Amino acid sequence: MDFSFTEEQTLLRNSVQKFVQNDYTFESRRAIAKSEAGWKRENWQTFADLGLLGAPFAEDFGGLGGGPVETMIIMEEFGRGLVIEPYLGTVVLGGGFLRHGGTQAQKQKFIPEIIEGKRVLAFAFAEPQGRYNFADVAVTAKKAGAGYTLNGHKAVVVGAPWADTLVVTARTTGGQRDEKGVSVFLVDKKTKGVSTRDYPTVDGLRASEVTFENVALGADALVGQEGNGLALVEQVTDEGIAALSAEAIGGMKVLNDATVEYCKTRKQFGVPIGKFQVLQHRMVDMFMSYEQSVSITYMVTLKLGESAAERKKAASAAKVQIGKAGRFIGQNAVQLHGGMGMTDELNVGHYFKRLTMIDTMFGNVDHHLKRYASLD
Amino acid sequence: MNLDFTPADEAFRKEVRSFIAEHLPSQVKGKSRNQYEGRQDFMAWHRILYNKGWIAPSWPKQYGGTGWTATQKYIFGEECAAADTPLIMPFGVAMVGPVIYTFANEEQKKEHLPKILSGERWWCQGYSEPGSGSDLASLKTRAVREGDHYIVNGQKTWTTLAQYADWIFCLVRTDPAAKQQEGISFLLVDMQTPGVTVRPIITLDGGHEVNEVFLDNVKVPVKNLIGKENEGWTYAKFLLGHERAGIAGVARSKRGVERLKKIVEAEQDGGGKKLIDDPAFARNIAELEIDLLSLEFTELRTLSNESKGGHGPEASILKIKGTDIQQRLTELTLEAIAYYGNPYRPFAHDKTSNEYVPGPDYSHGAAQNYFLTRRTSIYGGSNEIQRNIIAKMVLGL
Repeated sequence: MDFSFTEEQTLLRNSVQKFVQNDYTFESRRAIAKSEAGWKRENWQTFADLGLLGAPFAEDFGGLGGGPVETMIIMEEFGRGLVIEPYLGTVVLGGGFLRHGGTQAQKQKFIPEIIEGKRVLAFAFAEPQGRYNFADVAVTAKKAGAGYTLNGHKAVVVGAPWADTLVVTARTTGGQRDEKGVSVFLVDKKTKGVSTRDYPTVDGLRASEVTFENVALGADALVGQEGNGLALVEQVTDEGIAALSAEAIGGMKVLNDATVEYCKTRKQFGVPIGKFQVLQHRMVDMFMSYEQSVSITYMVTLKLGESAAERKKAASAAKVQIGKAGRFIGQNAVQLHGGMGMTDELNVGHYFKRLTMIDTMFGNVDHHLKRYASLD
Repeated sequence: MNLDFTPADEAFRKEVRSFIAEHLPSQVKGKSRNQYEGRQDFMAWHRILYNKGWIAPSWPKQYGGTGWTATQKYIFGEECAAADTPLIMPFGVAMVGPVIYTFANEEQKKEHLPKILSGERWWCQGYSEPGSGSDLASLKTRAVREGDHYIVNGQKTWTTLAQYADWIFCLVRTDPAAKQQEGISFLLVDMQTPGVTVRPIITLDGGHEVNEVFLDNVKVPVKNLIGKENEGWTYAKFLLGHERAGIAGVARSKRGVERLKKIVEAEQDGGGKKLIDDPAFARNIAELEIDLLSLEFTELRTLSNESKGGHGPEASILKIKGTDIQQRLTELTLEAIAYYGNPYRPFAHDKTSNEYVPGPDYSHGAAQNYFLTRRTSIYGGSNEIQRNIIAKMVLGL
């Protein structure tokens, strides 16, 4: 057992840290979020130059050959900077589908482009009626010759406005909620019949409602086995949960540090408010929530390679802890900052909003408590 | 001791209900406060209640109150909430009004009370300062007497809806040498006076409701002083007691639970069933409802005590529990709508906007309401301060 990082991993962390400190101040982040595009291409190119976009891919494709720990390090540092650019959608999720389900041809086509920063992906899975059930899929992909015809509506596809390619779950057979019959497709956003309505999200990202109207897909659009996509989706989103957990602990750390600092300097009744025991205990609880979250993030990161059953349990456990801690720390960081915590001007509210939205992604606390209890 | 409504109470309920049904203006029907456009939306319902004589049920009859019993006031609040009527802005009717009729001189009463009732004069509250939040008595805004005027200098903050206000009631320091609480005065200031500047503060939901108010050599006539110089803290505390009593918002939260139940009827659980049939979610709602029910009776006990003249620290219980329930309500609503909590839709209520608005109608303001409602445990004396009050005043610690 060893929780230390290798020299390469420490260097990786330092380089991401340096980027966030220099190029991703809170003010520059605000400007990016408010810009017409909502993200910054130059940053994406910087990620490519730093090798971040190739972190989890094999060296054969030009990647760094890293694993879950490298992803964790990158996401944690991105979390500290509230980085907007779609690393999760492109590298972790899009890349995950390719790594675990892609054919050699798909890998050769997409992975080098991802690594070079030339292709951005977004994962389109949610549907208005489906809540957190990945198998509740009303979007259909019907066999048409050698390929498929795609129809239906995907909701709240985060990062879709920036994406070149959407990874889409669709039903090839079975009833709307059958576990069998879900398939995964790579869909170029420019394909005829794909339309998107873009909008900002409350945490400063962008998303789309995506509609497919008789979209013709070739046989080579299918990722993984036809009809057996659900296992692949769970594997990739469990990895997504690990990455989101890392992002979340980065944000929690910023909130806790800011809160402690504020309580040391803000004076009321003639003393720094951090002298009041009731606030001290609150901050101790916030600190413990954070430490527990770091621990569970390490745990899930290290268990992504285990059996599916173990991996699922680990991911659900992490999502529960992260969801609870994110809420507790977010709410209390605002509370302890008083009126200042309510302002748009201060960074605190923005971290709180991101942590709140992380809880909805791939299932909230209640969902994962149920999933955890139902496993084994 | 009983919970019965008399036939007269039932008749009163009918009267209120049909009055609201007939008169609630369409321009504000179904809108929440952060969707109002301008002062006219805020004041539309105020004026209708004023014309009916129902604008200030808690005031003594001689000043324009309704003379209702505690039960009637309760019924009135219930019916207003059930119909989603706009909230009456508290700054005039609920805050400065009672201070004026309790502590001001006849001339001041004549000058201000009718215009508070009619809504012709919009008030805002000049209490908090950048350095004085929970420790309000440390406030630094200075008023120096020069002949028949005070010259006021300082800064107020978190001033709700100051952008619409005609007048501001301010706590100012008139004796810097005295003990903190003993050097404060209660001053009424016309916002049009030269030297008053209002600057918006944007909150994390993206909205503009609070402001900074700068007072730069503002000349205020001495006749705008309420009560005695340096005794303002007494009036300030009296007002805070009133503010806390109204803050529980029980009737509105009951309405909010109904609305939440409609949402979980419409939402699915991901297994094709209604979300309301999900045992975990149903349990969360049930717990909230039970807390709310207890709070309702705590409020009723306080009201009946109040009609006997009490207005004590029990109000702090109402503030803590009431705001806790409001926050949990917005939290559960956000949870109910799952992924549709993500879209930012500031234009959702604006029918003339061409901006795209994804998701079902009931999801539109949910995330913003959740974030904005975090302020309720901060404003009106933070919930930590309320606990201090209970510890000191009730438990004697």
